[in-house]
Amino acid sequence: MSTLVIAEHDNSGLKPATLNAVTAAQALGADIDILVAGAGCAAVGEEAAKIAGIGKVLVADNAVYEHQLAENVSLLIAEVAAGYDNVVAPATTNGKNIMPRVAALLDVAQVSDVIAVESADTFKRPIYAGNVIATVQSSDARKVITVRTTAFDAAAAEGGSASVEAVSAVHDAGLSSFVGEEVAVSDRPELTAAPVVISGGRGMQNGDNFKLLEGIADKLGAAIGASRAAVDAGFVPNDMQVGQTGKIVAPDLYIAVGISGAIQHLAGMKDSKVIVAINKDEDAPIFQVADYGLVADLFDALPQLESAL
Amino acid sequence: MKVLVAVKRVVDYNVKVRAKGDGSDVDLNNVKMAINPFCEIAVEEAVRLKEAGVATEVIAVSVGEKPCQEQIRTALALGADRGIHVETEGRIEPLVIAKLLKSVVEKEQPQLVILGKQSIDGDNNQTGQMLGALTNMPQGTFASEIKVEGDKLNVVREVDGGLQTISLTLPAIVTTDLRLNEPRYASLPNIMKAKKKQLDVFSPADLGVEITHHITQLRVEPPAERQAGIKVEDVAQLVDKLKNEAKVIS
Repeated sequence: MSTLVIAEHDNSGLKPATLNAVTAAQALGADIDILVAGAGCAAVGEEAAKIAGIGKVLVADNAVYEHQLAENVSLLIAEVAAGYDNVVAPATTNGKNIMPRVAALLDVAQVSDVIAVESADTFKRPIYAGNVIATVQSSDARKVITVRTTAFDAAAAEGGSASVEAVSAVHDAGLSSFVGEEVAVSDRPELTAAPVVISGGRGMQNGDNFKLLEGIADKLGAAIGASRAAVDAGFVPNDMQVGQTGKIVAPDLYIAVGISGAIQHLAGMKDSKVIVAINKDEDAPIFQVADYGLVADLFDALPQLESAL
Repeated sequence: MKVLVAVKRVVDYNVKVRAKGDGSDVDLNNVKMAINPFCEIAVEEAVRLKEAGVATEVIAVSVGEKPCQEQIRTALALGADRGIHVETEGRIEPLVIAKLLKSVVEKEQPQLVILGKQSIDGDNNQTGQMLGALTNMPQGTFASEIKVEGDKLNVVREVDGGLQTISLTLPAIVTTDLRLNEPRYASLPNIMKAKKKQLDVFSPADLGVEITHHITQLRVEPPAERQAGIKVEDVAQLVDKLKNEAKVIS
């Protein structure tokens, strides 16, 4: 039995999501190799080789893989996967984009967003926006799995000494090209990796009022998120959305401000260690999951909180 | 150009779905069904392309049991020109849906296929990408903006760090994210007109696809409940609790 983990990276460094995927892969009970597909990504391969418990790291370093275009990378993964029983990737936007394509190329089902590995073929995953947890069994000989990173601890990033091998296969489907990207430039930590997240909901009333969260975020070293309601209302961009259809976070501290607590949102943050809710509606469902609830007008509470920190 | 839009019948997003007591499945007795919200965005985008003179015909396709014709009619009321129903029985997996859609794509030869990024029942987020692999078409998933430019399609995608723009050759596949558009409401006259629009029904056998099952759902259960904590009196008490009890801030 052997498992191939697909590394999440930006060509210069490994993303922590890879470490969570490795832990999920360990639960499958097979030997683990890692595939790094990118361009100028040798450093990522070196970094992956240090992860504890990895057999070898395969590095496919070519311009056609630079931007993780699904058409190209899926062909590569499907080819490399021929030698493995399982292919595991974190359920990031990259993993979600590429892996179903891999599964279809291999003519197998994909098990998406796994939150627990029960055995080598049985998995738990949330359905209906997290209202229900399904236990599913795959009958495919080769399994393609994406894992919810917040459900698995990070594997040790140091301590391993895997060999690094180059993969020479070059797959250019010739169907797609990268035009550009707008990456939110921020001094704050990334939402999915931040130890503290402060999110605003419809109660923020408009996008400008999200500035009230910034001072607090700066003091706590927090990332700023939002509920789907706030995104739908156009207050903030969708990449800030925490929830079943947005990002799944599990920080040490999650502060929900002016968020009612729709199941859609809870599905994205309820695994946080400590949850604080600030809402003027004392019956808001968010208080049912909050460790500390403050019934207050957020426009009074936020400035007070900022000066108290 | 011809645009194919896939729509799925799902539990209405306002319904709180629960696992049955015996854990055999979710309880879907007498719950309200609706078009999957992401599919509705897909229909809206196709109709807008037609209104802009880019698309010539919009075809709505759904795979599922007989009642999903209601959702095809909804798509027709929103502006799709005709419908295709692939009639299946029971639980059907994304890979098989993708294979059925591939046959429809071969039949209809659309230049663009628009699907929702995920359905709000299974939350799989697979079908569009799988269809891309099976038809060897490029994909613009999680789209927040699309633009046809000559024989190419530019897609702005919602990715973890922000937005990514890619260029795809046509024919291409797009899966919708929330901000792509805000779907319209169907007007009563359009709902009436939709009843008269053409709707063809095919079986999987007609399309030459065998229904296979790769995944068995063993049981379902409610998620672990989180215990409600305490209400604090004011900000000062909140900060005190976070510092001294929870010890998550210093």
